[in-house]
Amino acid sequence: MKRTRLDSLEKNASGLAVVASIVVLWWFASHFEWVSRVFLPTPEAAGLALYKGLVTGELAQQTWQTTLRMIQGWLLACLAGIFIGAVIGVSAVATAWIKPTLELLRPLPASAVLPLAIAVLGLGPNMVLGVVAFGALWPVLLATVHGFSTVEPRLNEVARCMRLSRSAFIVKIGIPNAMPDILSGMRVSLTIALIVAIVGEMIAAQEGLGRAILMAARSFQAADIFAGLILLGLLGFASNSLLVLSERRALRWQEGH
Amino acid sequence: MTAHSAWRASFLPILALVWLEWYARSPGAGSDSIATVSASAAALWQSAVDGTLIAATMFTLAAAASGLALGGLAGVLLGIAIGLSSRASDASSLAIELLRPLPSIALVPFATLIFGFGLSMEIAVVAFATFWPILVLARSAVRQVDGRLQEVARALRFSFLRTVVKFILPSIVPRLFVAIRVGAGLALVVAVTVEVVGNTRGLGYGLVMSQQNLQPALMLGWLAWVGMLGYLVNEILSAVERGAVRRFTGAVK
Repeated sequence: MKRTRLDSLEKNASGLAVVASIVVLWWFASHFEWVSRVFLPTPEAAGLALYKGLVTGELAQQTWQTTLRMIQGWLLACLAGIFIGAVIGVSAVATAWIKPTLELLRPLPASAVLPLAIAVLGLGPNMVLGVVAFGALWPVLLATVHGFSTVEPRLNEVARCMRLSRSAFIVKIGIPNAMPDILSGMRVSLTIALIVAIVGEMIAAQEGLGRAILMAARSFQAADIFAGLILLGLLGFASNSLLVLSERRALRWQEGH
Repeated sequence: MTAHSAWRASFLPILALVWLEWYARSPGAGSDSIATVSASAAALWQSAVDGTLIAATMFTLAAAASGLALGGLAGVLLGIAIGLSSRASDASSLAIELLRPLPSIALVPFATLIFGFGLSMEIAVVAFATFWPILVLARSAVRQVDGRLQEVARALRFSFLRTVVKFILPSIVPRLFVAIRVGAGLALVVAVTVEVVGNTRGLGYGLVMSQQNLQPALMLGWLAWVGMLGYLVNEILSAVERGAVRRFTGAVK
């Protein structure tokens, strides 16, 4: 026990050392102008821009807008993905009729759909939300279908013996069984939701970090770009870590298997 | 695929196309946002004949392929280097976990500042985007190589380089193919997205322009083309990967 704690301490320390040396490298690169100061601000300048943006509340507000857009789009995608995935997963008929179309739509980049969405729905927050949901839909949906396809055949027989209705089968057997797949699909979806949210903000001029970074670049404020990038990176890191943690929690009941 | 299953598979897409044709003819006639299927196909054909489609496709594919080559090579090399030592894996994982979730597309304004519009900016963003997943996959591929192989190499007094070339590389080839397929799919998506967000050439730019010029037929035609391209790239890569895995797993085991 003590031994493993020492190991993990050493691991954390060496991890922090690598991160610190990257920052030091950045410091050298900017201070000795290996890269022009126009592009690469000093770490202090980026930190100051970050601090100012958070204190005045401007960056905090934009981070909040992006977070909200990401989570809303993601939740929509998860609901739709699990529902459609479950319907396809329990029925061979639905699989044969619907799944090929989904396979056809899946490789379509969400950003390529943006112009169509703008043309049909106009430049609004709901349009961006719709495209975020569309982009984030596929990983959850396909993971759900896959999770349903791995249900132990004996459980199917049990369900038949108990005369479970199709919806009861989905809720009581299908979804719990597909949970590991669904959760990891949801994690991938969240990453995509963040990306598409930023793209939407840049194109449709919606309030958020994506637009903030674009505006900073247009006025050559490298420090502000980096402040935005740091916040985006932290947002991505935090949301992903939260999901990993809750995944572990939610799947604890499966450990015995 | 039997005729019956082909019919069932194509039923929904055909239904959607028929509906679009009907809708764009009667209720939505003269719309600036929707066009008939026939008009879209004609516009797509027209742009293929006058060369704009080919030029844009070549630009997008070139950017995606070069970015993937750059990011993939760097990712594979660094991934192998890190994966060879458990200490290096541990030490680098925090930095990787911190940098990896950064959405590559957010770098477009920054990359434009450095490179201006054009091919190099797009290549840089695609390379950044593909670097991380390939790095992580290459690292875990090396970590999973049987430890006994390293012992054999030691017993044979192989040099470090010889161990890597003779033992490590052949055993991770199937997994590297998976990494490259993942990277290639990503590269195409990122390339199109960069063009949508802020480049002045390529398929994504063409999509945005046709929407802004109120040419829905051209936009829908190109959208379908982008979809087909993505599907095709995915199919080709899967086939290559299946072939390679069959060949190499046979050779290694």
